[in-house]
Amino acid sequence: MLAHAIFFYFFSILAIFSALMVITSRSTVNSVFFLILDFISVGCLFIMVGAEFLGMILLIVYVGAVAVLFLFVVMMLNVAQQKQSWFVGQKSTHIPSGLIVSVLILLELLVVVGGWKYKENIMSSSNLVIDKSITNTHSIGSVMYTDYILYFQLSGVILLLSMVGAIILTYRKRENVKTQSYLKQISRDKASAVMLKDVESNKGVKIDD
Amino acid sequence: MEYLNTLINEIYKIIFLVIPILVSVAMIVWLDRRVWGLIQKRRGPNVVGPFGLFQTLADALKYIFKEIIIPASANKTIFILAPIITMTLALVAWAVIPLSETLVLSNINVGILYLFAISSLGVYGIIMGGWASNSKYPFLGAIRSAAQMVSYEVSIGIIIINVLLCVGSLNLNDIVLAQKNLWYVIPLFPMFVVFFISALAETNRPPFDLPEAEAELVAGYQTEYSGMMYAMFWLGEYANILLMCAMGSILFLGGWLPPLDIYPFNVVPAPFWMIFKILFLFFLFAIIKAIVPRYRYDQLMRLGWKVFLPFSLIYVVLTASFLLYFDKLPKGSF
Repeated sequence: MLAHAIFFYFFSILAIFSALMVITSRSTVNSVFFLILDFISVGCLFIMVGAEFLGMILLIVYVGAVAVLFLFVVMMLNVAQQKQSWFVGQKSTHIPSGLIVSVLILLELLVVVGGWKYKENIMSSSNLVIDKSITNTHSIGSVMYTDYILYFQLSGVILLLSMVGAIILTYRKRENVKTQSYLKQISRDKASAVMLKDVESNKGVKIDD
Repeated sequence: MEYLNTLINEIYKIIFLVIPILVSVAMIVWLDRRVWGLIQKRRGPNVVGPFGLFQTLADALKYIFKEIIIPASANKTIFILAPIITMTLALVAWAVIPLSETLVLSNINVGILYLFAISSLGVYGIIMGGWASNSKYPFLGAIRSAAQMVSYEVSIGIIIINVLLCVGSLNLNDIVLAQKNLWYVIPLFPMFVVFFISALAETNRPPFDLPEAEAELVAGYQTEYSGMMYAMFWLGEYANILLMCAMGSILFLGGWLPPLDIYPFNVVPAPFWMIFKILFLFFLFAIIKAIVPRYRYDQLMRLGWKVFLPFSLIYVVLTASFLLYFDKLPKGSF
């Protein structure tokens, strides 16, 4: 168990350290990188408790896609170079609201995790039986697509709606934009595309004729 | 003491996996240039060593002794980290690739997800390198590459789902063993083609090498890199290409299985079949590089989102309904 403990503390210290760095680091790009490190260490912790499916999905979805988009936006905004007073110097006015939210989160965690520590099923709202003999990919699938299919589908629809909404909000139809139409290109034939002309010497020819 | 023994044992195994990969990356660069040359009626590298085999080693030696230049305005930490990350990610993914039923470093339950996760992390090396260079062309290259790799990952993910529907397990060895009677390249041939093209885009190979399109972006995200750091990007890129070939051969070409389980084929050891299939796919990659012109950026995005994504989604529905209708869904084996 020694190696297990060493790795557990290594990953959890890394996760806490990088979570702290996310909020304290001055450069926004650096904090996104620390966020990625945080995701990765939490993914490793997931794998350590045997939830390898969740760990891998965390890596694929959050690190492989979401964080890339974060990074993308932050780099495009170039906030790292911002010298405005909003970023440096001036005292923040967000401390009270931030404090309230973080205290609430802490309380929630204390209730849920503390209660679970006290008695294993004290906080669980359902009575799912976890079959340890099959891989957790199969057990997640067998619950998600049977008992919780409605919620699963609903969350999918909500995600789709938000995507459609984002596209509608940002899409502007612009005039005079040259776009390539593959159908037009393919359906050109020789008669409409090529024209033979006899050019008289020293006269030249106009294309529009 | 027992820990120490296991540790040494594992390190020994890892070294014997990494060194052959590095050597084969060097050889594969030579093969790539050679095939490229032959198609264009040139000789390709043929001077250093027999058939020019040591060309890559000579190149690597040259890179090692060159000076590493770090631009004054670059973000030094991230600038140095970028090639290291590219290289590391390209190598760690090999931990789950089975060369035979027993010859695999770690036979994990979610092998294919691990491969997919690692290959989706590959984009970080490029974005970090491009951003940290603090210069126009690398940054443009990095942004192009981020968009490109994220888009094509989506269709690769859905293609993997197609295969997983037929297998019923995420373990790479199970995926290979499920193809004992029929390689998936036959029933899922359209998916194999889409996978191959997406793999080209995912590894930034021509015709999708827009992140480093030399006519527009000098050398894309690698513009500011020199010496050993450039070489690491380059090695990482080729190791990634090999990895994609390995993934293709596991998913569609039956991995380490012989084509037919009859006499002349099944005496050849399993790792040879795996290597042979990887080389075959790489040969296709090399040919494509020589014969296809580069895509334009909007065409690349259109191909990813408007052609491959709907097509592979429809194919998932098709595969699933076929399996359901003929009652061929995999079950029970796990």
